Amino acid sequence: MAEVDELSKPMFAGLSDVSISGDIPVEGEINVPVGTPSHDDEYSTLDEPVKDTILRDLKAVGKKFVHVMYPKKSSALLRDWDLWGPLLLCVTLALMLQGGSVDSKEDGGPQFAEVFVIIWFGSVIITLNSKLLGGTISFFQSLCVLGYCIMPLTVAMVVCRLVLLGGSGMVSFIVRLIVVTASFSWSTFASTAFLADCQPSNRKALVVYPVFLFYFVIGWMILTFSPSA
Amino acid sequence: MASPDDLKFQEFEEATDLLLADPGASTFSMSGSSSTTPAGATGDIKLDMSDDEGQEESSELLRGEKQTSGFWTFAYYQSFFNVDTMQVLDRVKGSVMPLPGRNFIKHTLQSSPDLYGPFWICVTLVFSLAISGNLSTFLNSLGIPHYHYRPQFHRVTIAAVVIFLYAWLVPLGVWGFLTWRQREERQQRGYSFLETVCVYGYSLFIYIPTSVLWILPFEWLRWLLILVAMVISGSVLVLTFWPVVCDDTKVTAFATVATIVVLHVLLSIGCKMYFFQTATLTPVPTLAPNHTAAILTNKTH
Repeated sequence: MAEVDELSKPMFAGLSDVSISGDIPVEGEINVPVGTPSHDDEYSTLDEPVKDTILRDLKAVGKKFVHVMYPKKSSALLRDWDLWGPLLLCVTLALMLQGGSVDSKEDGGPQFAEVFVIIWFGSVIITLNSKLLGGTISFFQSLCVLGYCIMPLTVAMVVCRLVLLGGSGMVSFIVRLIVVTASFSWSTFASTAFLADCQPSNRKALVVYPVFLFYFVIGWMILTFSPSA
Repeated sequence: MASPDDLKFQEFEEATDLLLADPGASTFSMSGSSSTTPAGATGDIKLDMSDDEGQEESSELLRGEKQTSGFWTFAYYQSFFNVDTMQVLDRVKGSVMPLPGRNFIKHTLQSSPDLYGPFWICVTLVFSLAISGNLSTFLNSLGIPHYHYRPQFHRVTIAAVVIFLYAWLVPLGVWGFLTWRQREERQQRGYSFLETVCVYGYSLFIYIPTSVLWILPFEWLRWLLILVAMVISGSVLVLTFWPVVCDDTKVTAFATVATIVVLHVLLSIGCKMYFFQTATLTPVPTLAPNHTAAILTNKTH
């Protein structure tokens, strides 16, 4: 490009005497296109009733839940990420893990804060790990995917509590074991379906293993939940 | 009419701009094969027009410049995670099968340490210790009536503190001591801090299957396993650090190696004692009725 100007300068030298008031079109664009104009430009969401606002967000969260239950190679989870779903799931799971066997406080199950810390801190560490290994996914997208994929484990927790209502013998343990194993594999498979594409191919296993460990630990916490005698 | 030299120079600039814009591009995976070529190939870069080689050579030059990026940039930490799956598996294999004469750092790491292995091995070890310890306590107490299962989740916290302190403070001490001695004695180049952390991290790998096997409630099996694990991981450490200290005075050399081994032994025995408490629970319920019966008979007399 520089050479074209170099070569053309002698040809247009005479034009420097002519006053140019902007008739010569400038090459290139000055305005950078912003992309598709968002819907907010057309109408303001400030005047709509609160019910509409909440329902819109709830519908978005619900749509993502459906995507997690039937994991295909869709990019909806990555494109429109949000952290409401993971927060909802994390709080539900942590609350349901309470009320366990607490004869003495220290020998009991995980406290609410421990569950919270494990889920969020674990997700942050896995995201950092995948970014350090050269992944192309953004920080919050990865947090969103990991959080949403806890959903099968939350469903398993509900099922386990229902099974425990009927007794806590060997049969109930085997049923709980099967349910937790199935949901933990589902979670790992679902999150790998979303995350694996963003990694260089020779490091995929290095990224999938921490995800496997993360859901394994959460599954362990669910399986070892025993109600107070 | 551009001269061929100008065209080549611009193409090189484009390649560097592309790589500067995306430093995480997978050009680094070619480093293993091309580590010996940059010296000879940089002279050829202007003659070879293929895009792949241009990017590969420019990635070599870039890495030479990038090693000095500051610790506040993300790229600095990314350089510690520059490993592939096969490399990590090779390093794990090298830590499990120590052969005499094979220095782990020189042979397996090839002086390019990573932080992925040590970190995730420590995390896995923490959870495997806590979970296996919990399982073994549960299996031990199956015969006790009125036994109520407890998850003992606080063990995870304790295991995490112990393992991570060991895996980071002990290499710090060893590295500091070796660097101080090396500076005093003007010896060969010692190991960097990262390489020391890497050796310690990978040497802990053998404890993961050991801790899972410790669930089996046979005491002789547990002691046999701990012996095997200590020998293997201890020899990895000794084989790595012996070449560096053997030039020192005999006393210092032996003392250093002995300290490393003793700390390692303490860690493994301490973990076994704490997380896998043997059947000390069973005698307690049976003693109490006898004791109260004895008190009653004494009192009636």
